[in-house]
Amino acid sequence: MSHKIVSKKQLSQDVFTAEIEAPLIAQARQPGQFVIISINNEYAERIPLTIADADPEKGTIRLIWQRVGKTTAELSDLQVGDKIANVAGPLGNPTHLEKFGTVVCVGGGIGNAPLLPIAKALKDKGNKIISILGARNKELLILEKEFAGTSDELILTTDDGSYGRKALVTEPLKEICQRSPKPDQVFAIGPAIMMKFCCEVTKQFDIPTQVSLNTIMIDGTGMCGGCRIEYDGQPKFVCVDGPEFDGHKVNFDLMMKRLNAYKHLEQKEHEKYKKHKCKIGLDK
Amino acid sequence: MTEDQRQKLLQELLEKHKAGKLTPAQRYKIPQQNMPEQDPVTRRSNVNEVATGYTETQARLEALRCLQCKNAPCVQGCPVRIRIRDFVIAIAEGRYKEALSIIRENSLLPAVCGRVCPQENQCQLTCTVGKKFKDPTKAVSIGRLERFVADLNQNAEATPAVAAETGKKVAIIGAGPGGIVAAADTRRAGHDVTLFEAFHKPGGVMVFGIPEFRLPKAIVQKEINTLTKMGVKIVCNFIVGKTRTIQQLLADDGFDAAYIGVGAGLPNFMGIEGESLVGVYSANEYLTRANLMKAYDYGCGSDTPIALSKKVAVVGGGNVAMDSARTAVRLGAEKVYLVYRRTEKEMPARIEEVHHAKQEGIEFHILQSPKRIIGDQNSHVIAVECLKYKLGEPDDSGRRRPVPIEGSEFVIELDTVIIAIGNKPNPLISQTMPELKITKWGTIVVDEHTMATSVPGVYAGGDIVSGAATVILAMGQGRIAAAAINESLSKK
Repeated sequence: MSHKIVSKKQLSQDVFTAEIEAPLIAQARQPGQFVIISINNEYAERIPLTIADADPEKGTIRLIWQRVGKTTAELSDLQVGDKIANVAGPLGNPTHLEKFGTVVCVGGGIGNAPLLPIAKALKDKGNKIISILGARNKELLILEKEFAGTSDELILTTDDGSYGRKALVTEPLKEICQRSPKPDQVFAIGPAIMMKFCCEVTKQFDIPTQVSLNTIMIDGTGMCGGCRIEYDGQPKFVCVDGPEFDGHKVNFDLMMKRLNAYKHLEQKEHEKYKKHKCKIGLDK
Repeated sequence: MTEDQRQKLLQELLEKHKAGKLTPAQRYKIPQQNMPEQDPVTRRSNVNEVATGYTETQARLEALRCLQCKNAPCVQGCPVRIRIRDFVIAIAEGRYKEALSIIRENSLLPAVCGRVCPQENQCQLTCTVGKKFKDPTKAVSIGRLERFVADLNQNAEATPAVAAETGKKVAIIGAGPGGIVAAADTRRAGHDVTLFEAFHKPGGVMVFGIPEFRLPKAIVQKEINTLTKMGVKIVCNFIVGKTRTIQQLLADDGFDAAYIGVGAGLPNFMGIEGESLVGVYSANEYLTRANLMKAYDYGCGSDTPIALSKKVAVVGGGNVAMDSARTAVRLGAEKVYLVYRRTEKEMPARIEEVHHAKQEGIEFHILQSPKRIIGDQNSHVIAVECLKYKLGEPDDSGRRRPVPIEGSEFVIELDTVIIAIGNKPNPLISQTMPELKITKWGTIVVDEHTMATSVPGVYAGGDIVSGAATVILAMGQGRIAAAAINESLSKK
């Protein structure tokens, strides 16, 4: 069974979204879960991607990814009608949803994608949603409109001030934590470094903070243990114990090191792929 | 002994054998035939199979060592009760097709089992010849003979006959050795069989775990092709418990029975400091990257990277530890240490694997175990601190318990650590099926005569039932479950 791309859009310079045929996953999936994909059957790498949305009737799931390495670059070069060889899931535990009261949803860069279904589901549970979305610049800020529809309050930040407030997401987060009454729950999804600093802020105010981790994985079912993190001093598997964790107990520094384990090798491969493309002119 | 000398000896022996004049004493004198192997230095830098297989002369000579015992103790030693004595004499007499069909009565994967079964603990342990020499490795080389005859007929096998369609649907969960056997056996009875696999390729441990140099993937693929030809549907990327639950398969998707053969896929770690550093792998991860994902071709096609290790320590003493260590050698490591807390005698690995590992230059560090793993400022592994051990009183497993020697700490410098200390059962199915009875270790409780679980219509076998075991045990249980499923469906 292969999975046809039924629609595809470029959201910013390096961020893409596509709807992909995967009827069983579309039916089974809940907010917070992810899939593992690989582009072909022989040599392709397996990578985890969060399910941003799904349409059970159409039998499609929506993926959003950022072009960072060879596999995501290849994925970005696929067109509507092309097929992805393998899509397995839904994996991981669904988000724990309840009526917390006031919930702050902090999204950074591509993290807005997995955050959106969670924000929607939290809203449906009757929570007051304050969303903070951050990006390096205006061009990279995605899903603003979608969040506007779900949030009671929406704060936008960019590192360079090209859109919204010139700040890191932690700045407005801190201000909101200082409000009285303080928020009841925070969800932070984005780059590891962003989640780390969000957790440092919320810890000062003793506000429970869920983070969603996107570590390196192979099978996604607990078999390889490559995704393990240090949680409260103990090893935990992101694929079967997560992907969401109490952010105050995650060793982010170690997780970031593990995320970069193959970076030096991967950059070379990505460069090779880009060069290869130019030579045969298929990118024209 | 040269091939000419072997041929001459074989002619002499065959004449005596035909005349019924080959005595046990003469059979004992036939030299045991060594398995031809790739040179240890050459094979360090390739992934091709190490053991290259008997020649016909060797196989017939080896088969003539069999005493044809009336009570055939070898058969009792085989988990699936292959008529070993009968297939061995058939090889001695050159009746190869017959030999293979005798094996196939009880085992569907002779080319696999001939290679990876621990014969020295099974059929060769009970072999009279082995007892005579007080060494199961000197018994009749049953596994090598099984492999010889399976390889001979590689292209000549017909697809097993399938009975008329029954209209009953069977779900087999996990395309490993147990699932393959259960799928074939239930399909033979005419049921509509679907084999579900979580990975993108079927084969289970035979494709992600056991390396190419010990079990070529082409052999496994051939068995999978046979299933397809028989009409078994294979669905990959399907994670039972996640994509669909067993309850959904049975209640909504029209399946009449399900077999769970998902293996024990949750790697154990030691619980020591530094186990999540960069450069520390579970054996599962290391082997999956290298085998299934073909990381040995990274940069030349494959997109899955693996550590470019110089000095590696593998922790553990089982077959998986040997596979990991020997894989590290092939990926270019200059030094590979095998760290094991008991002695070689207690190692669960097959003797042959230990022997091969040593030949390939792997350094054995016995009676040692890591206390902590040490990283640099980038959280990359740079060393492991070990403790020395001595053996104490026997424990529950009957093996002498390793006891740490206080103050014996020492440091090994390295860049990669591979933890190969076994697996726990994977909880994905039991988590979504509270009515399924499991033990406190997480293995599924079954009736051992039928492999039926506490849930009607649901059967289980292999490592998810036994903990960590072998390919042949998984196959045996897959076969028992299939028979029970066939029996139960015939009454429905």
